[in-house]
This record gives sequence, C-alpha cells and structure tokens, in this order.
Amino acid sequence: MNPLNLMRLVAPECILVIFALTALFMDVATLREQSAKVRQWVVGSLSGVACLTVMIWIACIRPEGSYSMVELPAVSFLLKEVLLGLTLVTALISFDAKFTRHIGEYYALLLLAAVGLMLLISSNNLLMIFVAVELVSLSLYAMTALDKTSPASAEAALKYFLFGSVAAAFMLFGISLLYGVTGQLQLDAIAGKLQTQHLEPIHYVALVMTLTGFAFKIAAAPFHLWAPDVYQAAPTPIASFIASASKVGSFFVLARIVLAGFGSARGGAGWGHLAAGWVPVLAILATVSMVIGNLVAIVQTRVKRLLAYSAIAHGGYALMALLADEQRAVSSLLFYVITYAITVLGAFGVVAMVEHSGGRDRFSDFAGLSRRAPLLSFCMLVFLLSLAGIPPLSGFFGKFYVFTAAISGPDHLQAFWLLIVGGATSVVSIYYYLQVLKQIYVAPAPANVGSLNISMPAQIGIVALAIAVIVLGFAPGLLLGRLNDGLTLVASNL
Amino acid sequence: MLAWTIYISFIGAALLLLVPTRYTRALALLTATAGLAVTLTQLLFPNDLDELGVLKSIINLNWIPQLGIHYHLAADGISVVLVLLTGIAALAGVLFSWNVTYRTKEFFALYFVLIGGVYGVFLSFDLFLLLVFYEIAIIPKYFLIAIWGSTRREYGAMKLALYSFAGSAMVVIGLIAAYVVSGANTFDLATLAQHPFPATFQYWAFPLIFIGFAILAGIWPLHTWAPTGHVAAPTGASMLLAGVVMKLGAYGALRVAMTLFPLGLDFWRYPIAVLAVIGIVYGAMVALVQRDFKFVIGYSSVSHMGFVLLGFMTLSQIGLSGAVLQMFSHGIIAGLLFAVVGRMVYERSHTRELSELEPLHLGRVLPFASVTFVIAGAASMGLPGFSGFMAELQVLVGAWRTFPHLTLLAGLGIILGVAYTLRVMVLAFFSDKNAQSSTYRAGVNAISLPEKAGAILLLSMAILVGLFPSVLLDLILPSLHSPLFERVWKGGAP
Repeated sequence: MNPLNLMRLVAPECILVIFALTALFMDVATLREQSAKVRQWVVGSLSGVACLTVMIWIACIRPEGSYSMVELPAVSFLLKEVLLGLTLVTALISFDAKFTRHIGEYYALLLLAAVGLMLLISSNNLLMIFVAVELVSLSLYAMTALDKTSPASAEAALKYFLFGSVAAAFMLFGISLLYGVTGQLQLDAIAGKLQTQHLEPIHYVALVMTLTGFAFKIAAAPFHLWAPDVYQAAPTPIASFIASASKVGSFFVLARIVLAGFGSARGGAGWGHLAAGWVPVLAILATVSMVIGNLVAIVQTRVKRLLAYSAIAHGGYALMALLADEQRAVSSLLFYVITYAITVLGAFGVVAMVEHSGGRDRFSDFAGLSRRAPLLSFCMLVFLLSLAGIPPLSGFFGKFYVFTAAISGPDHLQAFWLLIVGGATSVVSIYYYLQVLKQIYVAPAPANVGSLNISMPAQIGIVALAIAVIVLGFAPGLLLGRLNDGLTLVASNL
Repeated sequence: MLAWTIYISFIGAALLLLVPTRYTRALALLTATAGLAVTLTQLLFPNDLDELGVLKSIINLNWIPQLGIHYHLAADGISVVLVLLTGIAALAGVLFSWNVTYRTKEFFALYFVLIGGVYGVFLSFDLFLLLVFYEIAIIPKYFLIAIWGSTRREYGAMKLALYSFAGSAMVVIGLIAAYVVSGANTFDLATLAQHPFPATFQYWAFPLIFIGFAILAGIWPLHTWAPTGHVAAPTGASMLLAGVVMKLGAYGALRVAMTLFPLGLDFWRYPIAVLAVIGIVYGAMVALVQRDFKFVIGYSSVSHMGFVLLGFMTLSQIGLSGAVLQMFSHGIIAGLLFAVVGRMVYERSHTRELSELEPLHLGRVLPFASVTFVIAGAASMGLPGFSGFMAELQVLVGAWRTFPHLTLLAGLGIILGVAYTLRVMVLAFFSDKNAQSSTYRAGVNAISLPEKAGAILLLSMAILVGLFPSVLLDLILPSLHSPLFERVWKGGAP
C-alpha cells in the first residue's frame, strides 16, 4: 500500500481545491480594484477552466481502485464527469449574475461544493461520507445566503441550515447506532456483519435514522419543507446547483448505502406484503413525495417554487428505482437522476436569464417569452417537456426505465401499486408544466418589454444542456451503456 | 419506403421554422403532398411489398439493447389504410388552413410534428416506439388548440391533453407490466402477441391498455374531451383530431390491447360492446339537441367512433374489417364536415350558433359550402354509395351475430344520425326564416380555391371508397389473417 496511490485516487479533488483557493486568492488579492464585470469574467473563467481541467484529467487517468477510506467504483468516473459538467454550466449561468459582490468567495464555494460531491461518491466509509455531506452542505448554506441585499435569501439560508443540521444529526445518530451494533464503518464490512446478525429493533432504528437524514438531503416528502423556500429565495444559479449536482451525489450515496450496506435488511414493498426493511421505507417516501410534490405544484404561481415541488416529485420517482435488483436499481436510478439534473439545471438557467433581464420568476414574467427569446424558449420547452416525461426527450426514457426496473425487482408485480401512483401523478404533472409553457408560448408578451438580455456563456451552457436532453432521449443507450459497463465491474463491491 | 412519410413530416416541420414566412404555405403543401405521394406510390407500384396487406418489415434496428427495444417500423394492410388516411387528411388540413396568418410558421411546424407522430404510430411494431410516437402526437395538439383555437380554447386544449396523457399513462404502465411478466426482454409486438400471458394477468391488463387507448377513440364515458377539443380547435387541427387522432386510439386498442391479451378481450368483450353502443346512441342524442354547429359534428364523431369499437368487439372478420373501414371513412367525412363548419361557414359568418345562422340563408349565400355539406351529411348518415354505408353495414352485420340486442340499439343510433344531420342541415343552410341574406351576401368572400380543392379531394375519396370498398378491403382482409391476429380468432388458445 503506497500512499502515493491515495494521491493518485484523489488527485482530481486536490486539483479542484487548489483551483478554488486560487480563485479566492486572486479575487481578494489582485482584483480588488477592478470592476465587478472584470472580476466575474476572470474568476468565472478560472472556475470553468478548473472544471474542464479536472474533467480531462479524469478522462485520461481514469482513477480506479481503493485505498483506506477512498474507494472508487468504475462508475465513479462517469459520475464525476457529470458532476463537473453540471458545475461548469452552473458557473456559466452565474457569469453575468448580479446577486453578489463576493465573487471570489462564490466561485470558491461552488468549487468546494463540487469537491464535496466528488468525495461523497468516492468513499464507502460512513464517516468519510458524513464529512463529505457536510462539506457540500456547508458550502451550499453559505452560497444560499450570498445575496446580502435580500432578506429572503438570508431567511432561506437559515432555514436550510437548521433543517440540514437536524438532518445531519439524524444521520450521525443512525451511523453511530450502526457502528454500535456492527463495530464497522466500511459499508461492505457492515453488510457482512448484518448478514450474520439477527436483526433487532435497534438495527431498524439505525436504518430509519440514517434514511431520514438522507431523505432531508434529497428533499423527499415529508422531509421536504426546506426545499421550496430555498429554491425560491436562493440566487437562481445556486438553486440550480442544489437541484442538480447535489441531487446526483446524494442519490448515488443513498443507493450505495442501502444496496451495499443494508443489503440483507431489504424487506419488501408488495401490496399487502410489506416486510420490515429499507424497501418499504423508501416506497412510502416515494409515494408521499410523488403525491405531495405533484399536487402542491399545481397551485404554484412562481416558477422556481414550482420547480422545487417538481423536484420533490422527481425525487419520489427516483426512489422507486431502488426497489429493483441491485444492478438495475443503480443503473436506472443514475440514468434518471443524471438526466433529471441536466434538465432541471437548464430550466433554472432559463429562469436565471429571465431574472437577468429584470424580471422575476412569476408566471407573468414568462408571458410571451417565445417572442422575446425564441431559442431560450425552445430550450425551456425541451426541459419542461422532459421533466413531464414526454418522448423523445430523456425524461421519458428515464421514467420508463425506472418504472420497468421497479417492478422487475424482487417484489415483482407486487410493487405494481407504486407504478399506478407514479403513472397517475405524472399525468397531474403535465398540467403544471403546461401552465408554464402556456405562458411562454400562448400568452401575449407585455407591450413594454423588448427582447431578452441574454448572457452569451449562459446561453451556450443552456443550449448544450438542451442538446444533451434531446440526444439522451433519442439514444439513451449512450449513457446507459456506460452506466452498465461501469456497474458490471463493481457489482461485487458496490 | 413508407417510413419516409414519418421523416418527411418531421423534416418538413423543422424546415418550416427555418424558411422565410412567405414560403411557409407552399412548403407545408409540399410536405403534405410528398407524404401522400409516398403512400400512393407504395400502393400503386408495390415493388417491394409483393402481397399488399401482409405484414412487411421496413426497418428493424437495435435501438436500446439494454431493454430489448428496437426501432422497428413495419406495415400491414391496416397500417397502410390508416397511413393513406393520414396523408389525405394532412393534405386537406393544409388546404383548409390556408388562411392562417397568425404565427403561420409555428402553426404548420406543430401541425407536421403531429402528422409525423401519427404516421409513426401506424407504422411502429415495437411497442416502446409506438408509445414514443403516440405521445409525440399529443403535445402539438395542445398548442394548436391553445394558440390558434376559438371558444374556450385553453380549457379545451388542457382537457384534451390531460385525457390523452391519462390514457397514455395507463398504456405505459400496462405495457411495462406486460414486458416484465413476459420476461422475454422485448417490446416487439409480434413476439409479445405470441406470448401466452396468464389469464389472471390478462383480465386486468387488457382493460388497462384497451381503455387507455380507447380514451383517445372517444369511448363513452371518457369521451368528453372530444367535443370540447374539436370545438375549440382551429379548423385544420379539428380535421386532424377527428380525422386521424381519434383513429390513433382505436388503432392502438386493436393493434396492442386486443392482440396481446385475447383472453382478457374475451372476458371484457360484452361490457365494452355495451359502452360502444351507449357511445353511439348517447353521442347521437346529444348531437340532436346542440345549439352550436360545431358541437353537433363533435358529438357525431363520438357516435361514429362507437361503431369502430363495436366492430372490434364482434371478433368476426366482417365486423373487424368494417371497423377499420369505418376508421377510414369517418376520418374523411368528419374532416369534411369540420372543414365546412369551421372554415367555410364560421370564418365568414363568425358565429356557429344555429339560431344565428338560420336567418343568414347560407344555402343561397354559400352554395358550394351547402352542396358540400349536403353530400358530406349524406355520407355521414350512411347513405349507400358513400364509404360510411359499407363500413357501418359491415359492423352491424358482424354485431348482429354476436350481440343481437345491442345491434338493435346501434341501429337506433343510425336513425338518430339521420335526424341530427338533417336538422342541422336545414337549420344552417336551408331555413326559411326571415331573410337577411341580401344585406349579408355582399360582405361574404367567395369560397377560395384551396377550400374547393380540399373539399373535392375529401368528397372524391368518400365516394370512391363508397363505390369500390374493395380497394381498401383487399388491404384490410389479408391483414386480419396474419399471425398477429391468430390468437384473437382462437379466443386466446395458444
């Protein structure tokens, strides 16, 4: 065991940290006298370059293997590439944003959050996972509060922080109980112990506590209350990062914990055949999320809030994937979450552009957008229809695959009731997505507004995301093939 | 070669957005004509389809190997008949939309996306692909109605979209269940049609998928989207809605639900026949008392589509071929009626209230429109010599053997059909109420050339098929003996 090996495995994270500190230092030390625009462009470009550098690094080196607490399954390249790509687009969207004067701090925090997410998927040690979760969360709390002129932003940050801390406490409590009963922190070791032990109530308490902590992080109902306020009040690029990249990381690690760690405490979610374990917990979380998310979204009149409730609903669909057998669960979950993250980031990007032109996120600010910004409106059409699950966009295949996976798992057709809930609620979701699209395409534009003032980097990012949504819809095999290749290599230790 | 109907439509839709507005209508006409020409070439010079009517694969690519999904286009006689109908309806719809001036490009682009989706459904023999095309066809309908529609357009559009998606959600979850239960890892229609699904599964899966599709065919009591949607839609779109979109539902019910689950079909046959007959009689009775001209036609569509569903449930060769013929015939005739009401009359009189049309003496003011309506009305009533006669006669003959009592009721529907058609004909065109026509006539534009061309196209098809039904029956009958329907005839025995 060579410590250099560890360096090799975590080199991408190290490079990113160096870039983050450079961005911070550069802004503080050398750019103080410059105008905000120059600082934005210099520091923003630096962050973009950071993401690209690390993406290229990962693509070339392909770090794989394990050392101490770090363990990189093969699928982690792909996930890290995706996370960095999402961070890159978030940076692009924030290029012309005016919400803060703390530009260096903003980009540094963004990169640090990305580092946290990358560490999150690099470990199978519960302690390390907890530290990574906290790194991500602390960066996000701070970023949410960055708009110092807006009291709502501060309030949302406080709410996010309080909820997040409680979630962390739950998670830590669960982890400590788990450590108490198994004496292990490595997921595979925990799984080995659990297999030999008779499951006592204490095991289930540990299980439920840990899952509750994660349910907060992924905003699954009934632990979702922070999400609408945070999405609504945080500066839009930050909300988009919370909704996209942090979801990918959290869902992957949730899947890893339940599948690799709690494999033997599975239970069952069949109709009338509920058996204790994590599956019924997740099935109930999924159901409540789909119902509450979709029904409450109907009455929203603010786009960001609507996207928040839709995020809760989508969290529910994604959780359904975990009912499948191991291989399918991970591949369908990751496909769903990755395509969802791409889509929702794009949708927030469009909202950011509308806000950038002096609007807010009320429905009326979107009226007649198709004539003020045809390209951006078309992208929004793509994103919202994909969220609604309309073919040939990637959201359709994602949902289709998750549904298929959910009833081909060990519960088989017994889990069909979840499909009925999922199908019925996704019909409901069409209604509110069409409400937004109706504003964009059907409603007349207000008389006194001109065409939209769009920042070029953001537009490039948004269009790239729209293309990704379309391409992955036409050829889901591109992503699915890579996911499955990655998974077959690690099926034993995932 | 038939696959080009799909590609031409989608390419046309994309080009329409790119070319300058002054070429829009010409390009739309060209696209519709090209689609029809492809089909006609295939019919008249069947070089690679030696025996017309027999199932022939056009293209079969491995699309998403991970789930066994193929890009499989094929055609048998039923598909060809419906593709031909789509081509004719599309061309006529363009001719009757010649006067669209508001956002013309977008109108025709959405129009051809809808057409492309419809062609796709009729040619798909992989069920996943069929679903993709099926849902692609729904979204353009929403926008066509919501942007270019009239009376309560946003309500009508949303209602139609939600009903359609509710139907397709039922189909999606039903198909996923079938896919998982079969364990064959394929969505290929021919393979799944051979799979002996367990009877208990068929008993609930059949109604799920059948009703899911039949919603779009206007099955009572889930038909209410149809009249409101038709009335709200602009003329071109309501021609397509009644002409081809309702056929999508009927086609899916026949092609997917009935061939996949013959035992379920046998089980639910009588209840569905009852619903179909209620639809026939109820639709006709409601049409009899409408005050809005377009609602009469809207409800008559529900009534006529009831014959299609009744024909399916006879499970006899004559009944099924009559049902398919009725799909073609109703597509032509309903399109024509909507063209007269929505374009020729409404665009000139600006009212559809029968009481306000009465004093206008349209019979004298618009002789071409009234002649067209008289002939179309006669066809709609099922007078011999028109396509509707052969179709409904065959359905009734088939039904007589199976459900004698229901057939008597369905016959009542035909009589009611004569009554509401004559009533509306007299009220709208030949009333002798106090005349205002001399003052009115001066302000009315003559019927334009595109309208005449479209009317003549549709009229000649109705008469041609009425006089020589064998043109289509030669295509339909061999398809009913293909292996796909083998188990339907045997009542589900393997």
